Amino acid sequence: MSAMPREEQHAALEVEGLDVSYIVRGVPRAVLRGVSFTVAPGEAYGLVGESGCGKSTTAFAALRYLPRNGRITGGRAVIDGTDVTHLSAGQLQRLRATRVSMVYQDPGAALNPTLRIGTQVEEAFTVLGQSNARDKAIAALDRVRIADPRRVMERYPHQLSGGMQQRVVIAMALACDPQLLVLDEPTTGLDATVEAEVLDLVQSLRVDTGAAILLIAHNLGVIRRMCDRVGVMYAGKVVEEGPAVEVFDNPKHPYTVGLLRCLPRRGARREIRRLQTIPGFLPQIGEDLPACVFVDRCQLATEVCRTDPPPLVAVGDSRYSRCHHTDRIDEIPEPAVDPQELQVTRQEKAPVLSLRNVSKTFKQSGQPVFALADVDLDLRAGETLGLVGESGSGKTTLAKTVLGIHAPDEGGAVVLDGTELGGVVTQRSSEAKRAIQIVFQNPDSALNRSHSVRYIITRALKKLAGITGHEAERRLDSLGEQVRLTPRHFDMKPAQLSGGLKQRVSIARAFAGEPRIVVCDEPTSALDVSVQAAILNLLADLQRDEGSSYIFISHDLNVVRYLSDRIAVLYLGRVMELGPAETVFNGPHHPYTEALLSAVPSVEGQPSTRIRLAGEIPSASAPPAGCVFHTRCPRFMEGVCEVEVPPLVEVEPGHMMACHIPIDELRVLQARPQEMDAGAT
Amino acid sequence: MGDPALLEPPPPGAIQVDTTSARSTARRETVRLLMRRPEFLIGMGILLFWVTCAIFGERLAPHDPQLPNPLFSHAPPGSDNWSYVLGTDRFGRDVLSRVIVGARDVLIVAPIAALLGVTLGTLLGLVMGYYRGLLDDVLSRVVEAFLSLPVTLVALLTLVMLGSSTKTVVLVVGVLFAPIVARTVRAAVLSERELDYVQAAKLRGENGPMIMTREILPNITGPIIVELTVRVGYAIFTISTLSFLGVGIQPPSPDWGLQISEEYSMIINGYWWTVFFPSIAIASVVIATNLVADALQSVLQR
Repeated sequence: MSAMPREEQHAALEVEGLDVSYIVRGVPRAVLRGVSFTVAPGEAYGLVGESGCGKSTTAFAALRYLPRNGRITGGRAVIDGTDVTHLSAGQLQRLRATRVSMVYQDPGAALNPTLRIGTQVEEAFTVLGQSNARDKAIAALDRVRIADPRRVMERYPHQLSGGMQQRVVIAMALACDPQLLVLDEPTTGLDATVEAEVLDLVQSLRVDTGAAILLIAHNLGVIRRMCDRVGVMYAGKVVEEGPAVEVFDNPKHPYTVGLLRCLPRRGARREIRRLQTIPGFLPQIGEDLPACVFVDRCQLATEVCRTDPPPLVAVGDSRYSRCHHTDRIDEIPEPAVDPQELQVTRQEKAPVLSLRNVSKTFKQSGQPVFALADVDLDLRAGETLGLVGESGSGKTTLAKTVLGIHAPDEGGAVVLDGTELGGVVTQRSSEAKRAIQIVFQNPDSALNRSHSVRYIITRALKKLAGITGHEAERRLDSLGEQVRLTPRHFDMKPAQLSGGLKQRVSIARAFAGEPRIVVCDEPTSALDVSVQAAILNLLADLQRDEGSSYIFISHDLNVVRYLSDRIAVLYLGRVMELGPAETVFNGPHHPYTEALLSAVPSVEGQPSTRIRLAGEIPSASAPPAGCVFHTRCPRFMEGVCEVEVPPLVEVEPGHMMACHIPIDELRVLQARPQEMDAGAT
Repeated sequence: MGDPALLEPPPPGAIQVDTTSARSTARRETVRLLMRRPEFLIGMGILLFWVTCAIFGERLAPHDPQLPNPLFSHAPPGSDNWSYVLGTDRFGRDVLSRVIVGARDVLIVAPIAALLGVTLGTLLGLVMGYYRGLLDDVLSRVVEAFLSLPVTLVALLTLVMLGSSTKTVVLVVGVLFAPIVARTVRAAVLSERELDYVQAAKLRGENGPMIMTREILPNITGPIIVELTVRVGYAIFTISTLSFLGVGIQPPSPDWGLQISEEYSMIINGYWWTVFFPSIAIASVVIATNLVADALQSVLQR
């Protein structure tokens, strides 16, 4: 079968009808069901889909790197004319050494912690039997734009940041000058600013080396930015394929449509519309599938979808969709905008919670680390305050100080309804404990794995709201209903629940005591986009019904924008900008905010501004003098910024900013992104 | 309502059964994994053999273990037309019968001592690991000091001072084992307390003892069970040694350690069987518990 528009002489990678099963307890369970696609030489091909759809398995199978219980049961994978499914171990080793390379998600795990960087990079060349390994290693590190490669080669992996580690891994992957480079979620663990740098690097290397790229990512924006063509995977099949821009702008498969609509797009806000979710769930590995794998979740499904496997329909120039109803895609209903939902009870201006002059200094081997410095913030009743910033900017420290997990430094205060709270939670009244609760990032860690859902929630009801017995059972039912858990979930242990369900339990627990303030610390970053959409909708609903205030931390700026009324941008523990969400996003922004925004890879393409931050966030134990951001600021003004600390002042009504550049000048500067681009590089 | 993406499935590999039996299913899975490990089967086989001996002692023994037979003093194995399969001791008592019945005392005393040690050690480890700080520093030093002492020697001295009885043997061995267990439990607590659920419990106002016992303890049962098994093995070894030294299980019990102690001075005359077979018995029980502990470790601490 040929899913390809034209036959290349030798495609970089040609996957044909690939079937892969994992043997679980002696029973083979199908994971890939006839995956076919072709990566042309020099082309960047992206695979997207939610977790469990078979993206990584496809890549592993194509290189024959499957785990021990994985079996290729049909089809073939041809790399540069060689069918890898029939290679001996020796031939396979030679192929992997010379023609393909792979970059994994976690660069920390890909590097040997006990060897110096230099040794490891040199080894990449010596295994190829090349001489002058050291010079070549230096050149390789130079190529991935590592400044001062000789010094970096003397270091150990743990002494490098995640972004640097990933560059080193990429340098090693390129050592053999591969025809095909497989990147499996290469930037998932990295900050958006670092991600942008790494993606820039990959793109320029691709131009230099002419290597074809197979990029696996769950982030649709990354795929759109990087790839020429994209394959959308679902339940072990490629359901849609085509040029990335066209697929994202004009999806022709119901799953792709759903996936794209789950995302809070630029400008989407919770008052305007709910996020669309994909009904139902991904079939489990090994499950018997209906004729069309997506039929159970599809809003266009008809009788024929259950009886006949959908054909591969050409829906344009080199575009394919595996659907019976490609002509009816436009009929997929948009989520209705319920006018009642638009009413958001807010605008009570009195702050529920105030941080006054909050600093937090940690001691690290005798050295002070200034995690927070003089933060003043108000949280109003029923509002969502978004906290954004790179990792290390103090978001989580701020949240933990609010919660009383650690006390602020002397002189700072957390004030709830006019009453100063004790620094740590044990010094707080039960009323105060009840008032401030948290939804953690990682539901696996947040829920005790040996307790049932029932225990987790009723215990919180007892401790926070003082409700026991029959009353607790009633509240459990109503809380369960609010977070959409069914009673059959109550007796399950967290391990039996999916990520989204676990997060619902976590949310129910936080809301057990009818809290005034809920801290949401990256509550959706561990979830797939369709589940994320459901959780965000849930949080918005709960806020509307309960009138709670949220402190919402996320690295995903579109998510923050969707949920937040106001946004505080943190850098090195200092508030750089604070204002209504729309103002902060629409600008004029603080230069740091501007950089954060332009680092976000967007599914819509066309980022408004393209400024890049150089390097990493400086160490909090020795913050730069003057404006802490001056070392990385693209709009650095010599003589001012490194001397004087800019005060956080109101530049517009409700919009505070800590920058020496007057707002009118920022407005002018940011209106002309092209000029800035040249200035930044 | 109207939010459709509700009933997300359990993750692949999660057990999908009637929820009420989820716990028993998990347990069945553990048993199934254990049954696939040969070291577990071998260890369990040996242990079951000795437990049967301990329970049915006299009924399995071919002779009365206490009955002397002056005609057959120090008869070698196979004497009297294989009536004395493993020979007799200096009083003419049947070695096989004594080895069979001798399992009883040590197999009761050692597990109790181990259980006591693990209980004390778990409490100590929970407190050290959960509260950290000065308390942990001080207790850790004490534990380390304890660990540097030879258990048998300290036990011997204490028992000589306190006077020996089964109760004191259990107590002394249990207390001496506690620091070793505490160290293992502390390490497990340290990694658990960093998880967010502990923080969530603090934020809803749970107190320390509640967090330690109700939140953390259920999640560290794996290492504790392994530790218990290992300790049973060591307790058998220690108590046999103490019996050999005369301060453990007291005569007239046909305890293995005691048998060795009564007869070891004679082996120079060629009467090896009186010492050899009880020694084999001790070694086999200790090895068997270690095999079981190994298997448990690899299954429970995946």
